[in-house]
Amino acid sequence: MMDSVTSMTFIIALYIFMLAAFTGYVVISRVPSILHTPLMSGSNFIHGIVVVGALDALFNATTLTGQIIGFVGVFLGAGNVMGGYVVTDRMLAMFRPSQKQTPEKKGQP
Amino acid sequence: MLIEYIVGLSGLIAAGLFIYGLKAMSSPVTAVSGIVTAGYGMVFVVGATFLNLFNISPDARPHLLVNVALAVVALLLGCLWTGWRGRTVQMTAMPQMVAIFNGMGGGSAASLAAVSLLSDHATSGLHLSVTIVGALIGCISFTGSIIAWAKLDGRMRKPVRFGGQRIFNAALFLIALVLGALTVMQYATPQGVLPGILFFAAALLFGVCMTLPIGGADMPVVISLYNAFTGLAVGLEGYVMGNPALMIAGMVVGSAGTLLTALMAKAMNRSLTNVLFSNFGDTASSAKGPEGEMKSADPSDAATSMRYASSVIIVPGYGLAVAQAQQKLYEFVKMLVADGVDVKFAIHPVAGRMPGHMNVLLAEAGVPYDMICDMDDINDSFATTDVALIIGANDVVNPEALTDKSSPIYGMPILNAYKARQVFVIKRGSGTGYSGVQNPLFFQKNCTMVFGDAQAVLSKMVEAVKALGTA
Repeated sequence: MMDSVTSMTFIIALYIFMLAAFTGYVVISRVPSILHTPLMSGSNFIHGIVVVGALDALFNATTLTGQIIGFVGVFLGAGNVMGGYVVTDRMLAMFRPSQKQTPEKKGQP
Repeated sequence: MLIEYIVGLSGLIAAGLFIYGLKAMSSPVTAVSGIVTAGYGMVFVVGATFLNLFNISPDARPHLLVNVALAVVALLLGCLWTGWRGRTVQMTAMPQMVAIFNGMGGGSAASLAAVSLLSDHATSGLHLSVTIVGALIGCISFTGSIIAWAKLDGRMRKPVRFGGQRIFNAALFLIALVLGALTVMQYATPQGVLPGILFFAAALLFGVCMTLPIGGADMPVVISLYNAFTGLAVGLEGYVMGNPALMIAGMVVGSAGTLLTALMAKAMNRSLTNVLFSNFGDTASSAKGPEGEMKSADPSDAATSMRYASSVIIVPGYGLAVAQAQQKLYEFVKMLVADGVDVKFAIHPVAGRMPGHMNVLLAEAGVPYDMICDMDDINDSFATTDVALIIGANDVVNPEALTDKSSPIYGMPILNAYKARQVFVIKRGSGTGYSGVQNPLFFQKNCTMVFGDAQAVLSKMVEAVKALGTA
């Protein structure tokens, strides 16, 4: 998989990058400022997908160095995923409209 | 063959769910469903990746068991540690948690790059260059985020600055680039190992040195920038790995993060170059402010006038969060609302530590989000409001930002609290705000100070209103 890179796939990669960049821009451009922090955290969670690449690298490791670096990569990536999810979820769980009028008190400081 | 299709399609589905989730997260009504959707995408794609075990390279087959065991242990360790930290940390400490988790993603992208540099598959120079660029960005994001975490967490209070720092940093960056180029040129030869190791060291060091001189107040913008960096690094390493899901997710975050960074910098009236290369807060402390008398009042007096006002706008600042007084504040607000007072919260874009952080803190205390207003929506209402109650905020209500061109905060958008008929300010002492600028609002005729810790003052206010109710 890693060596199947030709000039054509590079051009396709540039297309993917361009379309993805526009997508990210459009999705975020109308966000109210109250959601800036949760959204930063949410996008932080999404780039945690790097753990998938790290897993592939670790599965294909043949040397001890490769295994160590792969292990570190998977650990860091998994942390990115889980931490990003938990923090975002906690922040977003607090947004609720006034009709419900806070039935229970969550997370006392 | 079949496995390749399944794994490839699962990546596609995950990327779609991520974009859908991100879109849902941009409205408060659907935000919760958004992160859950993205979460399903992640579980799905990570699960499908394990199918790749049937498809690994022949060289790696003897190591299969060890590798799988290592992967499972690493996954568990990463998830358990951050899951526990994320669940138990105080809401006020959220920004630094975002920083540390983001740094981990950057580090993961950098180690991906290291792995693909180590494997001596024949690859093109272009391919290697992309790997190196991704590694550089990932490393900067990794160590930079750790420094940002240390600063926000109060472990590193003063920005570290020295003469010629910018030249030093520029030189370090150039060295990293040269080492990166050497690594590409001497790839898969024994001479290529040393430049490779030095390249990673230089890139990691540059992340530290780049972040050290930046002041604590600018950290939110910096974290957002590093978030975009990590996204970019993940996207580039996705290309190296031939994994389109990483490319899409990484690049979406890269561009969304860049836009978020720009929005935040704009809200703070700071350009990005200013944040990264200037020394805000160093020279400002010498600025001379207006002199005069501040009036001060008892908490109960202030509470009484708010109880008999018809409208109150509350301006919360970081001081409120530090005093952990959001719950008490909402208790007070509920009593006012029950007595028929029209209460609104006015949030400055940079109240708290990050844009939107104050909204999160208020939401945690149970304040419904439709009582909370953005600066642009509420600024015209101050003139027709009876009482503005400012709690632990200073610079964001300083009218000098509108009028005094010599002021270091000139040009920053502020909340027009000074226009209200009566202004109460709950504040610990008569000192200046973060920028070190004295606030002429506090000397205005319609302004009364209530000195004390926000938690204690608000408790007294609640009691005062209670006493009025029973009388």
